[in-house]
Amino acid sequence: MSQRLTAQAWAPYVLVAPFVILFLVFGLFPIGFSFVLMFQSWDPVQGVSSMKYVGLENLSFALEDPLVWVSLQNTLWLAVASGLPQHLVAIPLAYLINERLGPWRNAAMGVYFLPYITSTVAIAIMFGSLFSTDYGAVNAMLQSMAQWPVLSTLLPAGNVDWMGQPGTIKPVVALVVFWRYVGFNTILYVAAMQSIPRDLYEAARLDGASGWRVFWHITLPQLKPMMYFGVTLSVIGGLQLFEEPFILTGGKGGIEYAGMTTAMYMYRTAFEFGDFGLASAISWLLFAVILVLTLVTNRAFRVKGG
Amino acid sequence: MVFSIRFLALPFLLCSSVWAQTVITVAAFPSVDEVVRAALPAWQKKHPNVQVKVVSREFADHHTAMTTALSASSGLPDVMTIEYGYLGRFAQSGGLEDLAQPPYAVRQHQARFVAYAWAQAQHDSFGQIALPTDIGPGAMFYRVDTLQKAGVKPEQLSADWESFLGAGKQIKDKAGVFLVAHARDVKDLVIRAGVQAGEGIYYDAQGQSLVGSAARFKRGFELAKRVRDAGLDAKVNAWSNEWGESLKRGNVTVQMMGAWLGGHLQNWLAPQSAGQWRSGPLPEGVATSWGGTFYAIPKKSAQKALAWDLIEHLTLNKAQQQLAFERFNAFPALLEGQAGAYFEQPVAYLGGQKARVLWRDTAQKIKPSRVFRNDPIAEEIVNAELDLVLTKGKSIDAALADAHRLVQRRAQR
Repeated sequence: MSQRLTAQAWAPYVLVAPFVILFLVFGLFPIGFSFVLMFQSWDPVQGVSSMKYVGLENLSFALEDPLVWVSLQNTLWLAVASGLPQHLVAIPLAYLINERLGPWRNAAMGVYFLPYITSTVAIAIMFGSLFSTDYGAVNAMLQSMAQWPVLSTLLPAGNVDWMGQPGTIKPVVALVVFWRYVGFNTILYVAAMQSIPRDLYEAARLDGASGWRVFWHITLPQLKPMMYFGVTLSVIGGLQLFEEPFILTGGKGGIEYAGMTTAMYMYRTAFEFGDFGLASAISWLLFAVILVLTLVTNRAFRVKGG
Repeated sequence: MVFSIRFLALPFLLCSSVWAQTVITVAAFPSVDEVVRAALPAWQKKHPNVQVKVVSREFADHHTAMTTALSASSGLPDVMTIEYGYLGRFAQSGGLEDLAQPPYAVRQHQARFVAYAWAQAQHDSFGQIALPTDIGPGAMFYRVDTLQKAGVKPEQLSADWESFLGAGKQIKDKAGVFLVAHARDVKDLVIRAGVQAGEGIYYDAQGQSLVGSAARFKRGFELAKRVRDAGLDAKVNAWSNEWGESLKRGNVTVQMMGAWLGGHLQNWLAPQSAGQWRSGPLPEGVATSWGGTFYAIPKKSAQKALAWDLIEHLTLNKAQQQLAFERFNAFPALLEGQAGAYFEQPVAYLGGQKARVLWRDTAQKIKPSRVFRNDPIAEEIVNAELDLVLTKGKSIDAALADAHRLVQRRAQR
């Protein structure tokens, strides 16, 4: 009897053990290790024994490193420029899909979701060739549009060096990120819209509310919890942006580091420049920024939600 | 990786007929992996019972994997391929065998190798940590049809930088194409010329930054700016799609790189322009190298004797060195490998030019320069400041002063 009890008592622990072990090894240990590394000077090639305690030197070096600040500025710029339009477009798009598309709704959702599940490498390479200076489709299109009478004054005369100018690298990267995630957010909002009680809409229609007023006064307020969720994901994802700019700028960040995000700089510091201590310090600085902005998001939605 | 290889090897080990077989692992990147595979039939005649696993990874992945393996002291191959740019860091690991010591005692072979490549693999504290297998003597490649169209003689490109820029203007005016892919290419070459003995490109023998003081940096920046101001560069980075297209379409006339570029042009960059490219010496007779490959033995290897035997075959065997050159454009680091009929043969792709002789002459003139672990970040810093000079009109003195400060800051870490 007591043996059975013991077995029963152990069973939950055994069942959760696989997750806990994997989490400890691949989740908690790296976090803890990077925290320790923040205070060490270490090039991993020289083995664990070469680790040397340097106190706060990595943090102070990172805080005075101009590249850290440039990369943080880039990251914030890209997070706003790619994140904000995602939601501004996804909400009306979700409304359209949910209310107007009827039988085509699932197909439309599938199409919009496709970029999210496509390989980032394939996406970045595709956009890289679209925005190629001399041989890209975007410039070819602009050139042919520039032949039209009115547009000729507005459009650039020559080919735009999209990935070769600091002023155009960021918008291109932001566009790719926007294109990739707008569908994901759309799906989130469609799901949220489907959970809004239909009787709210019916009551509003009976009261003679127009489509616009229904959207503004019923749909939008009801979406607030999902907006909070979606925006939080965008803030965290946007600040950790790595793959798209990494591939589009050939792994280096492009001219004047215009496309180098903090996550990219952190990766390069560790794996290209062999400075894991500094890279860990940068990662904890980035974590601090993400934490603060997530709290700000939390506060913003809580206040507005009353 | 090693775990998976061991698991894969398990059924073979259980099979009694191959029970006695020993397995050694070679970690390599393209196309050194091909060179090793091509060497195996000859080597395995001597070692029929040794199975060689060639683990291929992409260039960057390979070096990241080796970094991880060295740091964890596990998952190390028996033979490690190292590219020149990573020698500085990997040498400091202390995880690689000093090949100058017995039983390897490679010093007896020193005179058989190209001097600068030999020196690159030497470390003050850790000795001879690797042996060179192929080198990249610097060469200029140019489109002869464009030169003819512009009325430019090849000697104008190779004379001095003034003449090089003059030729570029002529090419732009008369043929309407660019001289070089990027103004940075000119700077890269100028800063590599005149490196003093014991110095690296960016650091002096004591590990202090040279960026603010060495005249070659200022000259490199000035020439690069003149190239940009005169509109002589296509503003495309090497190895980008744009760059490939520019070379393919003849939009860029000159590319200065390792002699191995000839093979890339022929095989995939511009195969249809056969006969239109030529190779020549670099301006002002600059003799410098682009990359190079080395083999090392990790201290943790369990098969050091076999690993060394294979490295000997790859690096000290004349026939193998020549095979690697003929089939994979791996220019021999072994001097004996640089002799023979193949070197004297005309290169059809280069319009029947005997270019290999020219590259060999360059290789012999290259002086050794030291490699420092902070070289990659120093290069990055200098390039970023050059970008500011080229695009934002930052003054060269200010840019070099800033670059010097940042490079020095890294050096002190």
